[in-house]
Amino acid sequence: MDLKDKLLSSFIVFENQTEGNAYVNDVRNEAIKTFETKGFPTKKDEAWKYTSLNKILKEDYSVFPKKEDALDYKDVKKYFIHDIDTYKIVFVDGKYSSHLSATTHDGIDVCLMSAALTKPKYRLVIENYFNKAATTDGLSSLNTAFSKEGAYIHIPKNKIADKPIQIIHFSTGLECASMLQPRNLIVVEENAHVQIIERHQSLTSNPVLTNSVTEIFAKKRAIVDYYKIQNDVQNASLIDNTFIKQKQESFASVHTFSFGGKLTRNNLNFYQEGERIDSTLKGVTIIGNKQHVDHNTLVHHIEPNCESHQDYKGIFSDSATGVFNGKVVVEKEAQKTNAFQANNNILVSDKATINTKPQLEIFADDVKCSHGCTIGQLDESALFYMRSRGIPEKEAKALLMYAFSNNVLSSVKIPELKQRITKIIANQLGVNIGFDL
Amino acid sequence: MLKIENLHASVEDKSILKGINLEVKPGEVHAIMGPNGSGKSTLSSVIAGKEEYEVSEGSIIFDGEDIEELAAEERAHKGIFLSFQYPVEIPGVSVTNFIKTAINETRKAKGLEDMPAKDMLKLIREKSDLLEIDRKFLSRSLNEGFSGGEKKRNEIFQMAMLEPKLAILDETDSGLDIDALRIVANGVNKLKSKDNAVIVITHYQRLLDYIVPDFVHVLHNGKIVKSGTKELAHELEEKGYDWIKQEMA
Repeated sequence: MDLKDKLLSSFIVFENQTEGNAYVNDVRNEAIKTFETKGFPTKKDEAWKYTSLNKILKEDYSVFPKKEDALDYKDVKKYFIHDIDTYKIVFVDGKYSSHLSATTHDGIDVCLMSAALTKPKYRLVIENYFNKAATTDGLSSLNTAFSKEGAYIHIPKNKIADKPIQIIHFSTGLECASMLQPRNLIVVEENAHVQIIERHQSLTSNPVLTNSVTEIFAKKRAIVDYYKIQNDVQNASLIDNTFIKQKQESFASVHTFSFGGKLTRNNLNFYQEGERIDSTLKGVTIIGNKQHVDHNTLVHHIEPNCESHQDYKGIFSDSATGVFNGKVVVEKEAQKTNAFQANNNILVSDKATINTKPQLEIFADDVKCSHGCTIGQLDESALFYMRSRGIPEKEAKALLMYAFSNNVLSSVKIPELKQRITKIIANQLGVNIGFDL
Repeated sequence: MLKIENLHASVEDKSILKGINLEVKPGEVHAIMGPNGSGKSTLSSVIAGKEEYEVSEGSIIFDGEDIEELAAEERAHKGIFLSFQYPVEIPGVSVTNFIKTAINETRKAKGLEDMPAKDMLKLIREKSDLLEIDRKFLSRSLNEGFSGGEKKRNEIFQMAMLEPKLAILDETDSGLDIDALRIVANGVNKLKSKDNAVIVITHYQRLLDYIVPDFVHVLHNGKIVKSGTKELAHELEEKGYDWIKQEMA
């Protein structure tokens, strides 16, 4: 039985086990039908031309993986940003882990999707926002159909989340292979602020496929900063579908740091539904071996006087492949749009590949839209200069690569996170030098 | 300290150095002068270990060891420093971070621990004062957007930090106004001791008024065609290089 059939038949079991309000059940039922029709994307789909799911879909995934209970904080501490106080919403094999988490209902809601989907007090928010940003492509629909658990964050009007929130999904791989469908909903009301760090981490070498959907709503003048750390083990694959709807004068940023995993696909979609909105999309990808990272972004400028900034850096060694497809749509009404997009890449080896494609659809006439992509190698004269000062070749290369990604790192607003990312980069480049600039 | 014998070097099969002989002893200052294209910068790059250059004949002995097989960084660790004619811009790496990394990597190569942050800071302060470098300048990206003078001053600052045994100053005077020239030369002179040596590569005599050489060599067509004392530099300044070329012809 192939994975699609397995999922379709599992849905019946899932449906019987799952409670929820009528609205949610309807959404799920609709979604499984959509998935049944559309299925998984193939390379025939334009948006998946350079990324094939074929191989990873062949694994015999367990759709309802067993949960490992005996996970101790000390064993997984290193995956947390632990040198600052944070709220934590932690899942192990798709199920909530209360002893690893630190949630709150004190003024803000930082809790569980399962609670939000079932408890009456969240009903209004769920009916207003759940599945209102996600698209009806096959993968998102699959997630919607099986949506049951994930993070639920609601920051009411004029509230500022007093500390960053970490969302961590662990998979222990007790079964031979597992598939996870985390579903996050984040509503940031007028004038509210929040910072979120998300990470998916597999703790064994068994294959894991995560198909995640995150919906974010940034209301008027809200500020949302979202950071994704993708540094998973060699056998873990991630399809991240993130949808952000912004209202007027809001600011939303997503930083994606992709260093690990087998196949990573980031579908990142911003919809600007108001004036004077600022959307920032940044990413650093440093991969090797046969790793594959695909950034597929969309910024939809619907109203006038808005801005978007995209800056993605990629460093590819060995036989790694990268994809960047950045789509910017500027509607006819969206005059005075300022949309900026850059994608710069370094190919360290002859076998590494990057496919980069800016895609601009502009229907307004008074706009500033720029895009640029570069593919290059490390500057030999800079390397000799550094080596002649005593910095060995490997370290010199690392320093140059770090400097290359520094633009993206400089806008990370949480210093401890920035330090952590810096450490991961040093580790990734195989050097032990401080990059503190 | 440095002994170059019958050195032949080429780049992309083009022969540039055609039998250089040069000996530099501790405490000495040597000037190498010569017209454009005579091989001055090639000589400095070959000593520093630039891989594009192929050494086909001869040897470079530094402190009794043939360094031809050593990588650029290994030569730096042994105490060879090249001040670049055109220092390379490295966006995203600050001057401070660069020099810290250079010093600690050199220490690591010698089996030493990283220099404590406090000592590093003190050293940076001391040496930047010596070269009259504004502190703000140190947090800027290395050489990015620096003026010609700032780049050269930054080179000598790095030299001061690394305290090499042998410093090769490749056209350090080019792009410097007279004040910057004085500051740079003053810095070099203060770093001079009986244990280290300097090779000044220059087109003009100007810098040699400030950094006074013990020996002056004239490079022409890949060979040292004339050696003398500082008076030779004055003679060259007066008569130009055509005089040498005619003498050779």
